[in-house]
Amino acid sequence: MELQTLTYIVVGATFLLYIGIAIWARAATTGEFYVAGKGVHPVLNGMATGADWMSAASFISMAGLIAFKGYDASVYLMGWTGGYVLLAMLLAPYLRKFGKFTVPEFIGDRYYSQTARIVAVICLIVASITYVIGQMKGVGVAFGRFLEVDFETGVLVGMGIVFVYAVLGGMKGITYTQIAQYVVLILAYTVPAVFISMNLTGNALPQIGLGSTMTGSETYLLDKLDQVVMDLGFSSYTQQSGETLNLVLLTLSLMIGTAGLPHVIIRFFTVPRVKDARSSAGWALVFIALLYTTAPGVGAMARLNLMNTIQTGEIGSPTGNLVYAERPDWFKNWEKTGLLAFEDKNGDGRIQYYNDANKEFSAKAEAWGWKGNEMTKVDRDIMVLANPEIAKLPNWVIALVAAGGLAAALSTAAGLLLAISSAISHDLLKGVFAKGISEKAELMAGRIAMAGAIAVAGYLGMNPPGFAAQVVALAFGLAASSIFPALMMGIFNKRVNRAGAILGMLTGLLSTLIYIFWFKGWFFVPGTAMAANTPDNWFLGIQPESFGAVGALINFVVAILVSKVTAPPPEHIQHLVEDIRVPKGAGSATGH
Amino acid sequence: MTSDTSASEYWRANVRLLVGILIVWAIVSYVFGILLVDQLNAIHIGGYKLGFWFAQQGSIYTFVILIFFYAWRMGSLDRKFDVHED
Repeated sequence: MELQTLTYIVVGATFLLYIGIAIWARAATTGEFYVAGKGVHPVLNGMATGADWMSAASFISMAGLIAFKGYDASVYLMGWTGGYVLLAMLLAPYLRKFGKFTVPEFIGDRYYSQTARIVAVICLIVASITYVIGQMKGVGVAFGRFLEVDFETGVLVGMGIVFVYAVLGGMKGITYTQIAQYVVLILAYTVPAVFISMNLTGNALPQIGLGSTMTGSETYLLDKLDQVVMDLGFSSYTQQSGETLNLVLLTLSLMIGTAGLPHVIIRFFTVPRVKDARSSAGWALVFIALLYTTAPGVGAMARLNLMNTIQTGEIGSPTGNLVYAERPDWFKNWEKTGLLAFEDKNGDGRIQYYNDANKEFSAKAEAWGWKGNEMTKVDRDIMVLANPEIAKLPNWVIALVAAGGLAAALSTAAGLLLAISSAISHDLLKGVFAKGISEKAELMAGRIAMAGAIAVAGYLGMNPPGFAAQVVALAFGLAASSIFPALMMGIFNKRVNRAGAILGMLTGLLSTLIYIFWFKGWFFVPGTAMAANTPDNWFLGIQPESFGAVGALINFVVAILVSKVTAPPPEHIQHLVEDIRVPKGAGSATGH
Repeated sequence: MTSDTSASEYWRANVRLLVGILIVWAIVSYVFGILLVDQLNAIHIGGYKLGFWFAQQGSIYTFVILIFFYAWRMGSLDRKFDVHED
């Protein structure tokens, strides 16, 4: 069957499944709309969390990032998984015991302050909007490449699907579609990975294959890869090239940020008991680890395949490089998208792919008649998407990858949209502006807020503003520097009071934002940066993406010092903290 | 909660447990995966250099084990101090 037809069938079938689930899982109450009636089994919630968490970036970009950065990309692997240990022990069970609907609601109640709640709402909305734009773009790209429709049409179809299940079903609909989406995305990710690992190493598990010898040889895959890339002037795959301080701080910022992202935290409000929140975090990480431990294999093997495709013979020999006219079909397909580009700089009709920024190697290359790297564009995002084609896998695998990329983007978008809409309808509307609103009216407001959030996200996905590309700096920086410390101190430090929490959040937030804007431009407007974004200018050599951990530290210190010199929280707040610290009585907790 | 002393003992036991887990969490990722990566890379397990393995595989497996260990230990603490649900 034609690939195009097959892809339409597979993607169409998954969409029908999501809509079917939406109709089955309609939300009738605010409790169902915000937290799925708190009736989700911990293993299923773990699966839904996996899909909620693993975005278009995890599915499409991460293996590519690993392929080109090698060891240095480990910060993303550790950062985006290690956060779950923090979440499981420091936040999830206590926030579940608290038993309400949103993250800002906890901050508002614990610090007996509407101001604190509104600061939390603002952080939540900025972080979530930044994040959701990338998902909408991912939907557009996946449609464009696999179904050959325009980017805008792709985004509109994606918005339509999310609209059906998120507006109808709220958290309940989102949860059950996320479970289905997890299954689709993990199959789509692991099936090609297993094929490729079998091909290269004879070992079906990429986790083992990455540490094995190449098929028919005594050489280990990683040693071979190191040699292949270094022979062409690139830096070693398995050795560190980044600054240790930034690797440590970026990992820490990503971990703290992961634990502080509201769309992940609210998933743990949906399980029946406190102990389920603990184990559910473990299950979530199991399901996430399935993809995250596969990704290093995918990245390394894709890089090796790419290098070997182009450098077919001895380096420096006139016939050692691939003849452009004989390039494989996948190469041609991706050239059409502009994500892969070749320019025959020395006019020999062959492709030279090497690191021309490496002076020593460039000098050697010149002697062979090479006139610069001819792969002028190798977008890292194509690594996962092109993998099945590079490995010559059957068409149904390629169709599955398309459905998987869409599942990853849609499931994350839905989780983020729910966090945004519940902050608007529950925290702002019911919490601040219209306290007397009935449950029925609030549910309607929730659906309207959801529809509005989808429209905004879709619009911004089609017209991405400058900040959309700054997910790591902005979304993780904000979650790390403002939300995580406020939540953690709210549970672990009874003495932190209203003034401390508000000032802590604001200093953490502002120091991080200003540091990012200083080097990347105010609100990311090009040309407004105060200093060039180079290591010489950075404070103590800290890159803007790694600053979230420093912002978190500032938040902790300010909150504790200010609380020390101001009056302790009232007695009923101290009782509230004592109460959330023990699981007993969680069953009777309600949404109000 | 049976009494204030028992509640604070429960909380101290919880904090002790989580500090212990955080130490392991930091060792496998920051120490083995980043700070000592070059030293550990001298050791090979199959084709993996050990430091590289911790950074891209081992730390993640350890995180999973740590969370389930925490959930299991907290379950027994809950029962011991009679603060469990149901």
